[in-house]
Amino acid sequence: MSSRRIAVLALQGDFAEHEQALASLGVETFEIRQARDAQQEFDGLVIPGGESTVMGKLLRELDLFEPLRRRLVEQRLPVMATCAGLILLAKDIEADATRHFATLDVTVRRNAYGRQLGSFFTTGTFADLSQVPMSFIRAPSIERVGSDVTVLASFGGRPTAVRQGHQLAMAFHPELLTDNRIYSYFLENVLP
Amino acid sequence: MEQATQAELNRNLAQMLKGGVIMDVTNPEQAKIAEEAGACAVMALERIPADIRAAGGVSRMSDPQMIRGIQEAVSIPVMAKCRIGHFAEAQILEAIEIDYIDESEVLSPADDLYHIDKTAFKVPFVCGARDLGEALRRIAEGAAMIRTKGEPGTGDVVQAVRHMRRMNAEIRRIVSMREDELYEAAKELAVPYDLLVQVHRNGRLPVVNFAAGGIATPADASLMMQLGAEGVFVGSGIFKSGDPAKRAQAIVKAVTNFRDAKLIAELSAGLGEAMVGINADEIRTIMEERGK
Repeated sequence: MSSRRIAVLALQGDFAEHEQALASLGVETFEIRQARDAQQEFDGLVIPGGESTVMGKLLRELDLFEPLRRRLVEQRLPVMATCAGLILLAKDIEADATRHFATLDVTVRRNAYGRQLGSFFTTGTFADLSQVPMSFIRAPSIERVGSDVTVLASFGGRPTAVRQGHQLAMAFHPELLTDNRIYSYFLENVLP
Repeated sequence: MEQATQAELNRNLAQMLKGGVIMDVTNPEQAKIAEEAGACAVMALERIPADIRAAGGVSRMSDPQMIRGIQEAVSIPVMAKCRIGHFAEAQILEAIEIDYIDESEVLSPADDLYHIDKTAFKVPFVCGARDLGEALRRIAEGAAMIRTKGEPGTGDVVQAVRHMRRMNAEIRRIVSMREDELYEAAKELAVPYDLLVQVHRNGRLPVVNFAAGGIATPADASLMMQLGAEGVFVGSGIFKSGDPAKRAQAIVKAVTNFRDAKLIAELSAGLGEAMVGINADEIRTIMEERGK
């Protein structure tokens, strides 16, 4: 497992926190900030929290969008995405004509819980893990899931974490907390 | 079991802004330009610092109606400034659900002794600091994010550089101390001992630290990132320049790839006129000295 190399999209947001979490599990990571970084060998991709508008724009302007999209679609690159990362993967975004990778068959709603005063913390189950801490920061919600999508966690009757084959995405931020079980889930179940 | 408090959720929002550029805007049109250029948040204010400096007089919190207009125009976080110590202005900003309050030396201070007790609020605050002592005092009062003060509205980056270097040099000094020396250091810096212990153990501030004040070019942004900033605020530098959209985009890309000089050379080419700089030594209103 330790021989696997994970790329962390480092255009904007809390990518350093993902790197720390993976490092604590003994996983090697490197940052993708521009096109040449993405030409390296890697076994999985992490898309961090941050602002999806910023990352979506920089992905295109730094010529990263097509190469990464192709790897997601053609090579079924394993990916773990949190918050803004979920928005980048979503097939549909409510009340927004913008689409990014659009590889994950869900519809999301941006800032679904309102502004920062609506940010919250809760604990819940994630797949067969119990009492998983979850921080939602100006979080999106998942309003619809496709038939190939498995719901792994929910809050208030709406899914908050989903998996579709090689894609794992959630509206909350495991990278902000010390509980690393969701990373272990990604490494053990989603990575081949 | 692990829990996150409101204070932690507020620090977390600053973590989401890292590696990004927060831009000053004065109306919904500018806010849209900033969002489209890749700003990770906007600071809504009636007058940018360069104009506040030119106008003189008393500078206050912006009209809530103007702030609401900007909140409606963009999907990214919206920040707004209140005067140092003016907790009633802060209450108003919280009531209109601003995402972050900047208790800012750019506005005229309302209290020359006390800062706002930010722990009494649910909404997060960012505060300016010139050194580690100021930063930790603001964090003790409840600030969830720190920025250098720099000297706003000048386009002169020298003060931001001085503040970032000083803060990081002090952090390195605290890290190198024996644990039993931290009691005396806390006294000398006039900061809570517990916060100093966190700095000693982690080698960084307990909250995210951005650069602000006088940043006007992609090179300025790269300089501040290389000196250890986790992101930058650009105030007057964008909408006081010849081609705001182009300059804003260039600064956003320079922050993401702050070590790639070849890319920043391309980004810096043909940007049009930068804001007219004012040498920080030649001005009469020294904003950085407000609030210690």
